[in-house]
Amino acid sequence: MTYLGQFSLWAAFLVGLWGGALAFFGRWQERPALARAITRSSYALCAALLVASIALWKGIFGHDFNIEYVAGYTSRNLPTYYLISAFWAGQKGSLLFWAVVLSIFGALAQALTSTRFKAMLPYVAGIANIVTIFFVAVMLFADTANPFERLAFTPPDGRGLNPQLQNPGMIIHPPMLYLGYISLTIPFAFAMAALLAKQLDAGWIIAMRKWALTSWLFLSIGITIGMWWAYVELGWGGVWAWDPVENASLLPWLTLTAFLHSVMIQEKRGMLKRWNMALIVGTFLLTIFGTFITRSGVIASVHSFTQSAVGYFFLAFLLVSGILSFTLLYTRWPLLEPESQLESMVSREGAFLYNNLALIGIAFSVLWGTLFPILSEAVRGTKITVGPPFFNRVNIPLGLFLLFLTGVGPLIAWRKASLANLRRQFVLPVSGGLLTAGALVAAGLRNGWALIALGLAGFVFVTVLQEFWRGIRARKAMHGESFVIGLVNLVSRNRRRYGGYIVHVAMLLYFVAFTGLAFPAKTTVDLQPGQSAELRSPFGHTYTFTHMGVSQYTALNRRVSAATLEVAKDGVRVGTIKSEKRQHVDSFGQPTFEPSTEVGIRSNLQEDVYVVYAGSPDGTERASYSLLINPLVAWFWIGGGLLTFGGLLTMWPGGPQMKTARRRAAPQSGYAVSMAGAAE
Amino acid sequence: MRRSRRQFLGWTVAATSGMVLRPLVAQDVAADTAQVQGDFLRDPSSVGRLRDTVTAIDNDPAIIAIERQLRCTCGCTLDIYTCRTTDFTCTYSPALHKEVVGMFEQGKSAEEIIIFFVDREGEKILMAPVAEGFNMAGYLVPGLAMATAGLVLAAWLSRRRVAVAASANVPDAAAPPVDPEAMARLQRALDEVES
Repeated sequence: MTYLGQFSLWAAFLVGLWGGALAFFGRWQERPALARAITRSSYALCAALLVASIALWKGIFGHDFNIEYVAGYTSRNLPTYYLISAFWAGQKGSLLFWAVVLSIFGALAQALTSTRFKAMLPYVAGIANIVTIFFVAVMLFADTANPFERLAFTPPDGRGLNPQLQNPGMIIHPPMLYLGYISLTIPFAFAMAALLAKQLDAGWIIAMRKWALTSWLFLSIGITIGMWWAYVELGWGGVWAWDPVENASLLPWLTLTAFLHSVMIQEKRGMLKRWNMALIVGTFLLTIFGTFITRSGVIASVHSFTQSAVGYFFLAFLLVSGILSFTLLYTRWPLLEPESQLESMVSREGAFLYNNLALIGIAFSVLWGTLFPILSEAVRGTKITVGPPFFNRVNIPLGLFLLFLTGVGPLIAWRKASLANLRRQFVLPVSGGLLTAGALVAAGLRNGWALIALGLAGFVFVTVLQEFWRGIRARKAMHGESFVIGLVNLVSRNRRRYGGYIVHVAMLLYFVAFTGLAFPAKTTVDLQPGQSAELRSPFGHTYTFTHMGVSQYTALNRRVSAATLEVAKDGVRVGTIKSEKRQHVDSFGQPTFEPSTEVGIRSNLQEDVYVVYAGSPDGTERASYSLLINPLVAWFWIGGGLLTFGGLLTMWPGGPQMKTARRRAAPQSGYAVSMAGAAE
Repeated sequence: MRRSRRQFLGWTVAATSGMVLRPLVAQDVAADTAQVQGDFLRDPSSVGRLRDTVTAIDNDPAIIAIERQLRCTCGCTLDIYTCRTTDFTCTYSPALHKEVVGMFEQGKSAEEIIIFFVDREGEKILMAPVAEGFNMAGYLVPGLAMATAGLVLAAWLSRRRVAVAASANVPDAAAPPVDPEAMARLQRALDEVES
């Protein structure tokens, strides 16, 4: 199977290279057959990489431990579902996963894009091919990056999968993030194609909008599941540690969020064309930058792959793509003149601009903090650590400004807002925010940041409620619809707008949950069986934990030591919580990794009881525990679900909202002429 | 097979010693805690290395506050407190914790303890750089960049607005006269639609 895999990789490399070369240097504009051949190269590339992937999966499921990757990341007793996730668990497999998924997206972009944009498609195919074959080239030419590399001997069993990756979250989290990262190549390819073809009206935005939303949704889900995995698996009771690799996933999400807002201005008013182009290029480059950080080992991170020469490939690719993309953008600069001008800063366009400023400001501060240790070492020769205290100090004010703008944006009219409009729109949301903050002060909350965050959350929530209420009321007045029918019709007829509002609510829930997580109660205890410890939660409840004992047994591929606590809240028994130590073993019963910890959690909307069995001080059932009460954590996961729902609603096909943008997209033949004419 | 036999022997020794020692240990601890003494674990190696007993000072807020400012040197990127209460395989954070506790018990202030670690390990042991000298750039550049961008944006927008206003004031000979009342009605309707 390794021969087939190697052959497929080489076939993919050559086909992709051929398609990419023809797209950029072939005179396909006058030869439809050649243009078709270029777009079909995407399908051939995809087919070759699918064969390579099947070859690797065959090796994994067949326990072919002569393949170094299979021996390094699987074992005979690894459960089947983790054999699936082993495909992307290591550096080499994840490179192949990236390449094959990108080739599938490239092929789908060719298959699903309307023929109205056929003049761009060969360029899109060429760019997607080039990015894909870069990953194939890394596998073929970088040291120790080929997933089909064979060992000089065949071990009887593999090393197995890292215990921390043996978690359902890790089956979903990496692919989701990868899907977000990878699918961003397609909007980038459309943007580059529009620049190359000089078709710079709103057409390329229509062609790639769904792709950008798809990427954003995958990134959002991937980040949220990553937070969940960190919470349930790592045992520190938090969701975000400002680790460089975590930051690397946040950066493209921030710039893509900015793009999804500013692109609305381009669709509605024909403005910000240059800015949108720069944003989509920057977002793509940040995905490559994130990959570079994760795979180079240049910055210390708990999440990164081992240090390897692969990083240099990514650095070179990052530089070359950046230079070429921005040079192309520079050469097309005159063609990207705005069609209209901003009439007032107090307008929705103005609010979107400031929203972009906040998002890019946060992205810059995260990037700056991530790279500052390298800068400090270069300038002062001193290594420093930039950890959570730094990022919290810099980003909390920026994040709250963004939350404020989340509430302000929908309240201001397009073009120019009158004073009467502002007064009418802001009265209720501002009252909602002030009431929320006042109620919290009355309840005893004295932390300034928390009050601002929760007050702003109240402001945004009332804004969204007001938007829904006014829409429903208008439908009732115009069509006599009931509340429920009015709500359904309102949302279904303008999915993008109301889906966006649902996403806004999801985001405010994240802010609420982050605010709650700033007030954990934590203690460490040693307990004999029958002995109890107490912990008072931030909401004033007293939890009593009684140690029941430790039981040891074998399950699947591990020896389990399960410590159980009985939990009572304010004296009333609420149940038991079990936390485990797991010693993973290979099929011969030999330990494969250090014992790992599985936390025990009891969750409700108010607070999570979070228990970590740390081990035993004397080899008896006497157990050491970390006990935590984490307020409001459940709202992360509710927010994640709502965000997914809102995102899907926004993406759902159809609806009248795209008409404005389509009106802006000139007929195929008129594109370049009218734009060039306008500029010159 | 050899290792399995060794493992079997280990378990046998542990179980036997458990049976022999248990009544003794139980008597000893029962005097202190009056709690039920648990059995020896069948396989103590599965729960990781033996841990130090938790004492009150391990949860002392002053100790925790110090440890939260210092990074564990194991390479995990966590602070000492988080690492010692999270990564139970780490041998660095418990050792660093003992040092912090030792100095604290000697009466050293938080500042003195932190300076001791910075002198020994370098500035990288701090979870966030001290806001002085070149490090100020780390704290100030994002805010300054954003403020500058905001000002530039505001200046650019107001210049654009002037340009738009100027072009709007040029009378269009071909355009019919506009009824101000109709315009006001139109604006109200637009506000209604767009809000």
